Amino acid sequence: MASVRPVRTSLTALFNWRPSSNASPVETLIRRHRLRAIELLPWIVAVAAYYFLPDYLSLGSQILIMILFALSLDLVLGYAGIVTLGHSAFFGVGAYAAGIYAARVSGEPLSGLLVGACAAAAIGWISGLIILRTQGLALLMLTLAITALLAEAANKASFITGGADGLQGVDIDPVLGIFRFDMFGRTAYVYCLAVLFLGWMFARRLVHSPFGQSLIGIRENANRMHAIGSPVRRRLVTVYTISAALAGIAGALLAQTTQFVGLTVLGFQRSGEIVIMLVFGGIGRLYGAFVGASLYMIAQDQLAKLEPEFWYFWIGLLLVVLVMFARGGVLGLIDRTLRLLRRRR
Amino acid sequence: MEALTSILFHGLAYAMILYIISVGLSVTMGLMGFVNLAHGVFAMAGGYVTVTLMNRYAVPFGLALLAAFIAVALVSVILERTLYARLYGADELEQVLFTIGLIFMAGAMVRYFWGPLPQPITLPAALSGQLDLGFRSFPMYRSFLIVVGFVLIALLWFGVERTNFGAQLRAAVDNRRMAESIGIDTRRLFSLAFALGSGLAALGGGLGADILAIYPGYATEYLVYFLMVVAIGGLGSLRGPFIAALLLGFGDTACKYLVPELGSFFVFVAMIGLLLWRPSGLFGRA
Repeated sequence: MASVRPVRTSLTALFNWRPSSNASPVETLIRRHRLRAIELLPWIVAVAAYYFLPDYLSLGSQILIMILFALSLDLVLGYAGIVTLGHSAFFGVGAYAAGIYAARVSGEPLSGLLVGACAAAAIGWISGLIILRTQGLALLMLTLAITALLAEAANKASFITGGADGLQGVDIDPVLGIFRFDMFGRTAYVYCLAVLFLGWMFARRLVHSPFGQSLIGIRENANRMHAIGSPVRRRLVTVYTISAALAGIAGALLAQTTQFVGLTVLGFQRSGEIVIMLVFGGIGRLYGAFVGASLYMIAQDQLAKLEPEFWYFWIGLLLVVLVMFARGGVLGLIDRTLRLLRRRR
Repeated sequence: MEALTSILFHGLAYAMILYIISVGLSVTMGLMGFVNLAHGVFAMAGGYVTVTLMNRYAVPFGLALLAAFIAVALVSVILERTLYARLYGADELEQVLFTIGLIFMAGAMVRYFWGPLPQPITLPAALSGQLDLGFRSFPMYRSFLIVVGFVLIALLWFGVERTNFGAQLRAAVDNRRMAESIGIDTRRLFSLAFALGSGLAALGGGLGADILAIYPGYATEYLVYFLMVVAIGGLGSLRGPFIAALLLGFGDTACKYLVPELGSFFVFVAMIGLLLWRPSGLFGRA
């Protein structure tokens, strides 16, 4: 890895890993996979929020869902370097699949998640197979076009999706047959937290595996990965499918906890927002999703109360400023500050 | 027969609007490789300027369009010099983020000042009737769009193929380094082309205000269409986007006319197919 010349410097800067001089790659991977204390922080915060902020649990569930969604995007955008503007396709497909499953087949939530994940993974796999042959503008266009296609399909197939009115009649049974979804959102919060925890463990395992490392290699220099015999396209399709499944689970969670699915789950706005959340936290570092989605959702909740129309103005401005001055997001800024302080000492 | 004429006529008018708006984007992307998702913002701005001048200050349609062209071209060149220029050669992701930021800001500002509803345009009396061509009559406004479209295309073609500026532009698109080394100032060239392209987008936004409704979601709703025209046509070309706009205009109109229950579904399928077949566009350089 160390010998690979960084081609996309700005992305390389985000991924600040230095291989130690004499450790074997396997040892390095194992060492990095070992859990550090700070990695437990998000979970401590999340559990504390359950006890200390009981009035904000429904916002809390929304945040957890968006974190999972952003995490799935991080696998594709941050690790594999696929710039996509259509990630809401998988979120939306997961939401619709789980919603329709609950309305038509069964209200059992866990099988609903599975249905959402499978539907999104199927769409991810098929679209990945056909669009990941391209790159640059064509790829960007194709991700956009596929989302537009699905949104149009959901809009027109109103006999099953409810069209512009949204999908009604989503009734969810108690989780595991025991925990009912209560009106304070307690069950929903714990349910989302548990699913996110599993999703995080899976994603963490994935990016620290040799497979995850090969993704980083592809992001940095796809030609060299070809040259050393890595099946580049197959790897990309695989991660695209996995990411789609995770996004589908996030969508399914939204459908189950809000008991409603509207056309906006497939919109460009949502694709854009999730990229913003991730970039705001910092891409290609697994925890950017946690920081970015939380800050974004909390800020939206607070600011939208004051001036709902102007929320997008501030987000747009923030984005422009971020791109111009603070590449690497919040976590990148913290990194840089820490490094500066260390040098002072 | 009746249906076919109708589709061809409406599709052609629609294609003209798409082309006028998108052609500037082809140059931006072809010349500087800049992924400018915010191009629709300039069209939206043009639409708002036109509609506001006409409705609030009773400015004639033609004059309002001219004002929109000039105002948006000026604003865009300021944006280009101060912000866009800093991201030339930057990562694709950064350009995407920056332009999404612009889209969000523009949408919010427009919503704040004009409200969320579409802006109605009151066309001048001369454009609101029917044009009788003997065998059948056509709506005047769309006929006017088609004529204006062809005039603009002729002007564009003349400007790019027959003037010194056009020759420099073509040289820079073909090979920027070579053009620079023989003394063409590509930065100035690009600023000019950017201003012209944005101005044209504004003109298209104003002209098409009755077809593509002017409202705060404009820049995101039609983004896919503008980008498709460019991506399918091929970057940095004038002819490619025109063919793509025609395909899109006819295809979309035909789909909505013949199978309204499926809407734009088939158009998107066709466009995805075309892009997969020719990832760099029908007339793009591979």
